[in-house]
Amino acid sequence: MAELTKQDIGRFLARQGILVAFVVFMIAFALANPRFLAVDNIFGVIRSSAILGVMALGVTFVVIGGNLDLSVGSMMSFSTIVVLDLHDKLGPTLAIPAMFAMTLALGAFIGFLVGYLKLNSLIVTLGMLSAIHGLTLTYSGGKNMDIADKEGTWFAVIGQGSIAGIPVPILLFAGLAIVLSMMLGKTPFGRKVYAVGGNGTAATFSGVPRARVVFMTYMISAFCVATAGMMQASRSLGSQNTVGQGMELEVLAAVILGGASLLGGSGTIFKTVIGVLILGFIQNGLLLVGLEFYVQYVVTWVIIILAVWLDIAAKRGRLLSPIA
Amino acid sequence: MNKEILLKQGGIWAFILVELIFFTVAGNFLSTSDKSFMDFDNMLLLLKQSAPIGIIALGMTIVMINGNIDLSVGATFALSAIVLLDSMTWPFMKEMGDWSIPLAWAFALATGTVLGAINGLIVWKTGVDAFIVTLGSMLGFRGLVFMYNGEQPTSHLNWTLVDFAEAQFLGLHTATWFLLGAALLLWLLMTKTVHGRNAYAIGNNREAAVNAGIRVGPHFLINFMLIGFLASLSAVVFYSESGSVNPNDGMLYELWAITAVVLGGTKLTGGYGSIVSTLGGVIAIQLLRKGLGHIGADTETVNLVIGLILIAVLFLDKQLNRKGKEELKV
Repeated sequence: MAELTKQDIGRFLARQGILVAFVVFMIAFALANPRFLAVDNIFGVIRSSAILGVMALGVTFVVIGGNLDLSVGSMMSFSTIVVLDLHDKLGPTLAIPAMFAMTLALGAFIGFLVGYLKLNSLIVTLGMLSAIHGLTLTYSGGKNMDIADKEGTWFAVIGQGSIAGIPVPILLFAGLAIVLSMMLGKTPFGRKVYAVGGNGTAATFSGVPRARVVFMTYMISAFCVATAGMMQASRSLGSQNTVGQGMELEVLAAVILGGASLLGGSGTIFKTVIGVLILGFIQNGLLLVGLEFYVQYVVTWVIIILAVWLDIAAKRGRLLSPIA
Repeated sequence: MNKEILLKQGGIWAFILVELIFFTVAGNFLSTSDKSFMDFDNMLLLLKQSAPIGIIALGMTIVMINGNIDLSVGATFALSAIVLLDSMTWPFMKEMGDWSIPLAWAFALATGTVLGAINGLIVWKTGVDAFIVTLGSMLGFRGLVFMYNGEQPTSHLNWTLVDFAEAQFLGLHTATWFLLGAALLLWLLMTKTVHGRNAYAIGNNREAAVNAGIRVGPHFLINFMLIGFLASLSAVVFYSESGSVNPNDGMLYELWAITAVVLGGTKLTGGYGSIVSTLGGVIAIQLLRKGLGHIGADTETVNLVIGLILIAVLFLDKQLNRKGKEELKV
């Protein structure tokens, strides 16, 4: 048993820094305001993080596969608007699968471009961010979308209801997180995602079908976005057509905060969930302490930079970069 | 080889020509107004409207040539605008009368430069990828914007300033002059100076550049300071005229700027790109926006079309490169 040196402790802090920071924040906020750790507050935070969280789960797959997805924000607007529109035309039982099919078709298109045509994912999804935004506006005619009969529909249960005292959005978030975590950590497909993101060339030579794996990561991302859109639509039963605008970067912030490398090949679902929760609890904690909502932006900035910096500093063994 | 360069750099201008012809012809059949699309005033206005995104896109070009990216320009834009308008209401500035204008401009430009320097220093000293650093500061700077004045809009109209911003010199609007002037200076910087040459070298092959004795960090820092400066210059030009800024202004500007730069053919991986082509990319986007409006299409379709064109350009670029490489092998 080697002795714990100062360096080891430093390395542990840097590696698990995100968990340590999470615990420190929780304790600090709990001391500042006892309401912070009340059960209804915790449920409230997770519930309001759930939509962002579900999207982050899908993006985690894409990022581990070595790509980016900047289109999730406008795709979420799209699925929200579509499901609200179809709700009144087809009824909820048909509207949900129809919306999932349309969102998955968009995901398939992106997956085809990035996976099979090997186009740069940043630009493709940037283009799709704009294109899907235009599609949504054209679809809705630029108007907001509302459900006519807000009282009499069971659709509201998805975003507003609760089962056995636990809000449904939390159950959806947790359920999806568990399923996707198993998929990423315990199945051959999950290992292939890591392989493709870690070293695409090596993976190809080992017989991993790179194109198909990348395609599938975008399908998973689209599926998560569709779920998030459904939750958003059900929560408010009406929506602006820009509801997801800007979320792509917040989602990415949560994924990076969880420790996934943008170069691909590393990250886990569990860590992403921690990243999402940190963002949510910081926001909530700062509000409870009495600060305005925008203070969280600045705090998030500092935390993201510190988290990534410490992570790579631990890997290279020195704090400052070797850049001359 | 020369043919290839011509094909790549000429591509965006050919695209602009196609747009002009298409919208002029289609406009004859579809347009509801009597004015022709190629109307001279219309074109002048187009240049003016391209200025805010255009000036930012110029800065994005040099950062991307370095192999970096800056996602925080929208927030820098907003914060500089607030400093510009708010500083003119400070008591000592009020006493100075119209002399406060150049000072307010200086404050705003300094704000942008400092924010850029913060990004540049973090990228340099921590070695964290510029994408992550500026993603963080995009949030952080936006937080600063809100902390300055809460959720209230910041407004201050100075009529001398408005007159200046609306003035036309030799037919071109003030904003257009700033766009063209900035483009000229940056073009000189990137093609005629050591800094420009080194910036290309670093983006092309960082290892090789380091081995050749080029100090990477300072060049990063300079380019980030320049894009910060240009983001605030864009704000100065735009808000001198409008006189009111919302804390959400400038959101998604980074994505528009990147789109224009990529349309102009600059590589995300660095080492390749040109200021002049970016100017083409900016004009092409604005032309599309105006043209679709001219032929009576919903303004909403603009986003759809731009997005698809961006992907198509990427695809064509890939095909061109592949062909070039195959020729090289033979």
